[in-house]
Order: sequence, then structure tokens, then C-alpha cells
Amino acid sequence: MGFFELQKRAKAQWLALEERTHIKIGTATCGRAAGALEVLQAFEEELFKRNLNVPIVQVGCIGLCYAEPLVIISKPQSYRILYPNVTPELVPRLVDGYIEGEDPCLELALGTLEIDERGFPSIPELPRFEYECRLILRNCGFIDPTNIYHYIANGGYSSLAKALNMEATEIIQEVLRSGLRGRGGAGFPTGIKWEHCYKAPGSVKYVICNADEGDPGAFMDRVILESDPQQVIEGMVIAGYTIGAQEGYIYIRAEYPLAIERVKKALKEAEEIGILGKNILESNFNFFISIIQGAGAFVSGEATALVEAMEGKRSEPRVRPPRLSEKGLWGSPTLLNNVKTFSYIPIIINKGSQEFASIGTEKSKGTAVFTLAGKVNYPGLTEVPMGTTLRRLVYDIAGGMKGGKKFKAVQIGGPSGGCIPESLLDIPIDYDSLQHAGSMMGSGGMIFMDEEDCAVDTARFFLDFTTKESCGKCTMCRLGTLQLLNLLEEICSGKAKIEDLDLLRDLAEDVKVGSLCGLGRSAPNPVLTTVRYFEEEYRAHILEKRCPALVCKDLIAFYILPEKCDRACEHCILVCPTKAIKGEKGEMKVIDQEKCSKCGTCLEVCPHEYQAVVKLSPLDKLPSGETKG
Amino acid sequence: MKQQEEDLSRLSSIFETYGNERKGLIPILLEIQKEFGYLPKEALKKVATFLNLKPIEVWGVATFYNQFRLTPLGKTHIKVCMGTACHLAGGRLVLEALERELHLKVGETSEDGQFSLERVACIGCCMLAPVIVIKDEIYPKMSPFKVEESMLPYRQESESFIEKRRKD
Repeated sequence: MGFFELQKRAKAQWLALEERTHIKIGTATCGRAAGALEVLQAFEEELFKRNLNVPIVQVGCIGLCYAEPLVIISKPQSYRILYPNVTPELVPRLVDGYIEGEDPCLELALGTLEIDERGFPSIPELPRFEYECRLILRNCGFIDPTNIYHYIANGGYSSLAKALNMEATEIIQEVLRSGLRGRGGAGFPTGIKWEHCYKAPGSVKYVICNADEGDPGAFMDRVILESDPQQVIEGMVIAGYTIGAQEGYIYIRAEYPLAIERVKKALKEAEEIGILGKNILESNFNFFISIIQGAGAFVSGEATALVEAMEGKRSEPRVRPPRLSEKGLWGSPTLLNNVKTFSYIPIIINKGSQEFASIGTEKSKGTAVFTLAGKVNYPGLTEVPMGTTLRRLVYDIAGGMKGGKKFKAVQIGGPSGGCIPESLLDIPIDYDSLQHAGSMMGSGGMIFMDEEDCAVDTARFFLDFTTKESCGKCTMCRLGTLQLLNLLEEICSGKAKIEDLDLLRDLAEDVKVGSLCGLGRSAPNPVLTTVRYFEEEYRAHILEKRCPALVCKDLIAFYILPEKCDRACEHCILVCPTKAIKGEKGEMKVIDQEKCSKCGTCLEVCPHEYQAVVKLSPLDKLPSGETKG
Repeated sequence: MKQQEEDLSRLSSIFETYGNERKGLIPILLEIQKEFGYLPKEALKKVATFLNLKPIEVWGVATFYNQFRLTPLGKTHIKVCMGTACHLAGGRLVLEALERELHLKVGETSEDGQFSLERVACIGCCMLAPVIVIKDEIYPKMSPFKVEESMLPYRQESESFIEKRRKD
């Protein structure tokens, strides 16, 4: 079938849906975790009970993760309304109100998707959306990811149709001019990579999409694959056509079962309508894509290590050169890009490189996708122009810090990135400014920390991760990260000496220069940035045996304030898992520090009006007479 | 827990699907794990013979990746997310609470085969931190206090066992 025929069919299908009252429910992994499938079932039952024929479309994630499960109810002659935090109990109310009646249930709504002159709150006017620029997230949460016609109806695959009539060199020029840099983290110019692969001699070439999203705290690739997988496939097919490859692979980590399922479905659909396989869109170009399931190794995200994994080996990075573009998978030239990088390709081809390059900063073009997590009010997923300041992200898009607490730092790019303190909130974020601050774009995962998070413990956490994930091939990474971790553990437990701080710094620098691949070279970043920006905190741990954020277990104690304890209440005694709290009914409750496991449950359950349980640090703040754990 | 004798005749159909090229090694191991719940040692030897590899090469791959397990999982498998957001929200305390509750160390399977406890890097639900996954169902916003309650439905089958260990 030709593309125009497909487009016609898709538009008819989309229009048929839009002309009816229908319901969209976000059932990506994050929605499911919040109970979206129960809401879906409740809608199905309710509609069945009332004998209503209203289609329900399962869509992906819109990025407002804090508001999951999300439901959109669209009425053709009226508004499309977004309802947050929907529970099965609210379903009859919504069906009564907006589906059967004309009451939009505004008290339950987040807003309308259109700007409304009647003064209803509208989604595009929320601060978050005002500063966002959704290119690759544009369809996420609005189309059915398992229906290729939804993608086509919204402009999908028109770039492929256009590209198939272009020369490979023209496409490369477009990608080069767009200034697109690899979204996997390092920021290598995509056009140059494509050019290398195109020019590399060889009749067999491969295209690989890296969806091995391993950063603990980033989930945008998962969201894209679950919400709009076709754009990734389109980007890959264009890449294959450009460099002269016939085979492509998507390497997805096994921890993302739903993403794997949805991509499988997407590939099958594309094959069925002639967008994948032989003679794509009636051209003479053939391209096939298969899924490779990762077996779980952070280092597999490194390009050469990923290729090793695909060849059935331990995922150990190769020494470069040769580059993958010369000698990659099974020795053939290989183009490897990230999920997001491929997603930008259709946009660049469609709208032209100039329009893309008009967004962003001088050296980092286009938009950046960030996951916002940690201690902010509105965690989720966002896409903003490169060069947006951190302050805007924290306060306007993520809604500020939770509970009005003070912003302390943001960790960008996971274990490869660094901690950025408050003093740098106004830097425009792009590849270069982050590198300058000692961090890196990496995955784009952002974790916001407040004053209750300990900088030393955070560095320890990341080093614990990289030590476990180091593949062991090179010495500096295998042993260096372990030594760094040991030092950090000594600091966290108050056993370190002040000289250790210099040792920590020196060793971190050595690991950085002495490691073979990106994992080892970036692993010291969390240590170096926290030492650089939070040296005082390290000193407090070492010199005063004090954890200012009251996190490091060996340096804190739980204590019940005698003047605040209600005495009649026994909440803490009942829940203490180690039976460490003593005190008869009507008596003062006291924690036996020897037995206390410092789990914090007593603090969690102590009724708000008493707030008698507190954390103390250093340990000698405990009143005399208390046993010191 | 003890390794049981597995019926390895099921391997041949897996081998047939993938063919005997080296690139099939990881998919074959994943498939075997799906079939048995773990990678039985004898099966690894058979894979080596089939792919014409040294047993140590197969062993090297099987021990490299986090997904592969060399011991069977418990009937109720619990994964504790230890991603960054979960860590900051107190994931470690939840893990410790689970260890206490189940009398297991992370990575272990209980002797009666009921429970197993594992830490995973990130399951991508950071806004619900800290999360645990019990039998593929996600439990959001956990705390040490909620652990006991969340385990109740799963504990009942093996109640006697836990009681016994508690007395020991």
C-alpha cells in the first residue's frame, strides 16, 4: 500500500474516534503502578452496566506521573477534560456527570485540554506546559501506542515517505545541520556518526537502538517505548535507508516487560502494513527490525559493551578505535543511537533542520527530556528547550520542593552525573554547561534533594551501584570504585580521618582518567561534585561524627523527648520491630539504643500532635544515662 | 535451598528455536530461566555442548548479568527497588524491614521455597518511591511500617514456617 492510502485510512479512523465521546486511560507502567488497570476495569463495568457504547482507548504516559491514574474524557461538541488521580470509586460519578450528563465534574478535573474562554482551568496554561516544548513527547498519552494508524493520523511516517525520495547524503546533511547530538548522554553529534557509517565500506551494515536504560532514576526511554514506539521505529528505518543497512535491532532491558510487549506489537503492525520488511512503502528498500532483550547489566548501555552482549558474550566494553561505525556488530559497520535520538529524526526530516536548530542553545540544539523525581511536588517527565534553567525546572515545572523544604541539590544523569547545588540553579542546562559544573547530561534523570538528604550518603549510594555494575575489565574501575566506596563508607560511619578526604579526591581523579569506558570515567562524578559543593558536610561527618541531614545510620540516634511524649499512647511500642521501646501504659517511653535498628517506624507513627520522636546527631547529643547504640 | 533434579528434556525445544550460533546464548539462557525459574547447573553444561562453547564461557555469561539466577526463586518473589529516588525515600529501610520480617537476607530464598528477596536497580516508577514488587505487582510508597501488612496475604501459606523460625 502506498503512503497516501495509509494516511487516508489512518485519518478516517482517527476522525471516527474523535467524533465520538470516548475515554483515554494512561496505562503505561507508571499508570499501572498507581492503579490504572483497576480504573480501566471499573469504566468497562460501569459502561456495560449502563449499556453505553463508549470506546475506551489505552494510551501511554503524559508525563504527569504525580497525577496517575490519568483519564481523559473527550466529547465531540464539548471539551476534552483531564482527570487526575482517578480511583474506581470515582468512575460512576464521572460516567454520570460527563459521559451521560453535561456536568464536566470540574471539582475532579485537572483542566481542559483546550484553552477555555469560560474560565475553566486549562492544561496548556499550567506553568508546566507553558515552559515545555514537546517534540518527541507530543503523542505520549494521547494516542494508542498499539495502533499504528493513530501514529500515522498524527503525522507519523510522513518523514519516512519523504526520506525515501531523498538521497542519503541529503538526509545526512539535514541531520548535520540540525545540530542534533546523541541523547544517550555523551552528546556526540548524530550527523557525524551517520556520515561515518554511510561512508564505511561494507555491504552489510546494522542499525541498533539502545534502549538499555540503566540509570536508576531515569525512565524516559521506557515512557517513549510504551507510549509512542512508532516514532522510534520510523527513526530507525530512516537511519537504515540512509546508511544502507537492512537490519536493525532494538536492545531493551528485561526490566521493562511492558515496553518489550508494546514494541513487539508495534513492529508487527508496521510489518503488516508494509512499513517494515521488503519494499517499504512500495520502494525498493528493505529493512527488518528485531528486539533483543537485555539480561540486566548497567554497563550494557555503553555502546561497545551492548554490541558484545548482542554477540552473546559478557557485556565488556571494547577498546576504541575502531569505532562501531567501522567495526561493530559481527565486525560490520554499525550505527548505534539512543531511543530519543531516533525519535528526533522524523521531526527533523519533516520540519527541516532549521526549525529544529532554532530551539535550544548555540551548541546544544533542540529539546531535552528530563525525568523529575525525588523531593518535588510534581514528579514526572518533561521536555524543555535546551538551555532552560534548573530553577525553572524545579520551581515552575516540578512545582517546587515538597513540604516547602529547602532545595539542596539535584543529581543529574544518575551514577555518571553529578550533584548540582543551589548556587548553580540559574545555569542554562545543556551538554556543555553541565560538564563544566562537573556533571553531565547522561540519561537526563534528575533527582531533587532537600535538606534531609545527605550528600555523602548519596555519593556512597552511587558508588555502591557502580562498584556492583563495574564489568571488571579494567583495573581502575574494578578496584578504584571499590576503594572509593570503602572510603565513603568509613566517612558515613564516622571512622574516617581528615586526610581521607584528599585521598578520596585524588583517587576519584585517577579513576576518571584511568578507566577504559564511560562507566569508569564518569563513576567518580558523584564523589567529585559532592566534595566540591558540600565539603562542609564531609568535614562534619569526619571531624564531628555528625550527619547534618540526619541520614547516616551510624551517626544518628532516635530519641523520645520526655516533655513531648503523651505517655498514654503506645503507638511506638506496638510497631517497633525489634521491641526496643520500653515503658508501661501511662509511663514515659524510652528507646533502648542497643536494640534499636534505626528503622524510623516510631517516628513515622508517632501522632502528629506529639512529634515526640526525634533524630539526633552526633550520638553524644543523647542525654547521659541513655545507652549509646 | 537445595537444588532439585530438573527435567532437562524440555531443553531440546528451546535449542531448536534458537539454533546453535553464539548470538543465541543469552536468549537461550533467558528462555531456560523462564522455563525453570532459574538456571540449573546441568542445563548450563548442555547449553555449552550445544553451542560448542567451553562450559566456563557459558558460566561467565550466566554470572555476569543481573537477570540470571543460579538458584530457584521462592513462590513469592519480592523485589525491592534500590534506584536513586527509592534510596532517598528510604528504600534501604524497607529492605531491612523485609529482611527482618521474612528472616531472609537479600538474595536468599527461604528453605521452604516460599519467599525470595532481591534488590533491583530501578523499575522506573520513581514518583511512587519507595516501591517494592511482590509477585509482579507494584506496591507504591512503602515504609518499614507497611511491610508487615503487605506481606500478610502471602505469609499465610507459610505461617507455620515463619512461626517456627521466630521461636528458634
